[in-house]
Amino acid sequence: MNTMSPSQIPTTKRIKSLGEPIVKIDNVRKSFHGLEVLKGVSLEVRRGEVVVLAGRSGSGKSTLLRCIDQLETIDGGSIRVNGELMGFREKNGRVVPLSDGQIARQQRGMGMVFQNFNLFPHLSVIDNITLAPNKILKRNKEEVRTEARELLAKVGLPEKENAYPRQLSGGQQQRVAIARALAMKPEVMLFDEPTSALDPEMISEVLEVMVDLSHQGMTMIVVTHEMGFARAAADRVLLMHEGSLVEEATPEEFFERPKSEEARIFLSKILHH
Amino acid sequence: MNWSWPYFFEYLTNGLMLRGAWTTVWLSVVSMAIGLGLGVVAAMFKMYGNFALRAVAEFYIWLFRGTPILIQLVIIYTGLPQIGIRLTVIESAIIGLALNEGAYLAEIIRAGIMSVDKGQNDAARAVGMTWRERMWYVILPQATRTIIPPLGNQFNGMLKTTSLASVISMEELMRNAQMLAQIEFRVLEVYIVAAIWYLILVSIWGLIQVRIEAHYEKPFGPAAAVSPDAKKKLRKATQQAGHV
Repeated sequence: MNTMSPSQIPTTKRIKSLGEPIVKIDNVRKSFHGLEVLKGVSLEVRRGEVVVLAGRSGSGKSTLLRCIDQLETIDGGSIRVNGELMGFREKNGRVVPLSDGQIARQQRGMGMVFQNFNLFPHLSVIDNITLAPNKILKRNKEEVRTEARELLAKVGLPEKENAYPRQLSGGQQQRVAIARALAMKPEVMLFDEPTSALDPEMISEVLEVMVDLSHQGMTMIVVTHEMGFARAAADRVLLMHEGSLVEEATPEEFFERPKSEEARIFLSKILHH
Repeated sequence: MNWSWPYFFEYLTNGLMLRGAWTTVWLSVVSMAIGLGLGVVAAMFKMYGNFALRAVAEFYIWLFRGTPILIQLVIIYTGLPQIGIRLTVIESAIIGLALNEGAYLAEIIRAGIMSVDKGQNDAARAVGMTWRERMWYVILPQATRTIIPPLGNQFNGMLKTTSLASVISMEELMRNAQMLAQIEFRVLEVYIVAAIWYLILVSIWGLIQVRIEAHYEKPFGPAAAVSPDAKKKLRKATQQAGHV
């Protein structure tokens, strides 16, 4: 699994100063059909911070990410981004769900990258990137197009603007998906196993884009099994186990001196394969 | 044997038959268009509505798919005046055919929307689209591909179903054939000619349908290559890209 060798990715991280907390998750609970997937998760992410969420499949890490992006509605607790309560509003001391339009507005501040890319197959690469800024933000078309081209250059696909998703490799599709998310100028980027569906030789091209992004100060929450990325770019590694956060550490501590039994088991499994 | 070729050929180009055929065409197009609108609304209600809207859609689909179109037409034109709703023949025919068609199209449209990958909805939400925006920009353009072939078959059916509107004296092909048959009692010649006209209309539609389907069958991507050479290049490029 550890496909990024230290030679590919600089292990010396840029020293950065983290800002104020931007994402505040407090005691979040979520169940599916009576099965509790998140059992009261609390977490703060500061501006510019890169957090890697690790854990076995089914541990709830993807669900947590989807809850942050309002793709799932939480059953309890609260999620605040920039101090704003996500998905709900307080009314006469009670919390009531926001409308479809208000949730959509909140979602614009966050970018999400999916395991299966989920590019819009009926649109060309450039239209995938410009659709939301044009139609949702109603911004100037020329300006948006120029920015989209810059983003394509940034993810290393300047010549693909007129290609359609099906004509691209998985790694290329995922890089377009990252550009599409960045086009909305999000304050937080969420990555849901962005390299899990990729052939091994394409994983590093996507991770390189993500490392670049972290160097530019983007706040990132990344669900991944790529421990090479965690070493190279993460400020913190969190381990989820059965719906709870069981370990929180810097990458160095996490890999060298894991505190919890779950972390030791997790590390022995991923490092010995 | 009592078959008259002169009558047959006269009927083939008879003004009454031509007008009837034309009426069949526009009645089909108008009813289909309205039916499509009703079908989209019913599908949306059924898939995304609250309890009341879902119940309304379910009841509508159940009612109009569960009763013969003939009874629906007769009730609308002949029955409704009893409770004070008077509609002209044309209004009744269009409303009856459209309501009936909408109930069938609702299920086709629903299946088309469900065929779109769930990840598409997630991706559209993630860039901050409202329900309406997701439908319009992401889901429906993709659902169209699945919907087009059955939709074409429904229109084929509609061209023939309009003949039932003859019972409420809508002057389409069937009704005009009946009227022509009353004049000289050349029943066989008249109805053979009517049948031929239906075959012509359906065949023309078949040709159009093939073209539409060919257009929508292509994978999303560059427009149909103009020359075989360009086509070959495109295929090669796609193969090289490898991942479909």
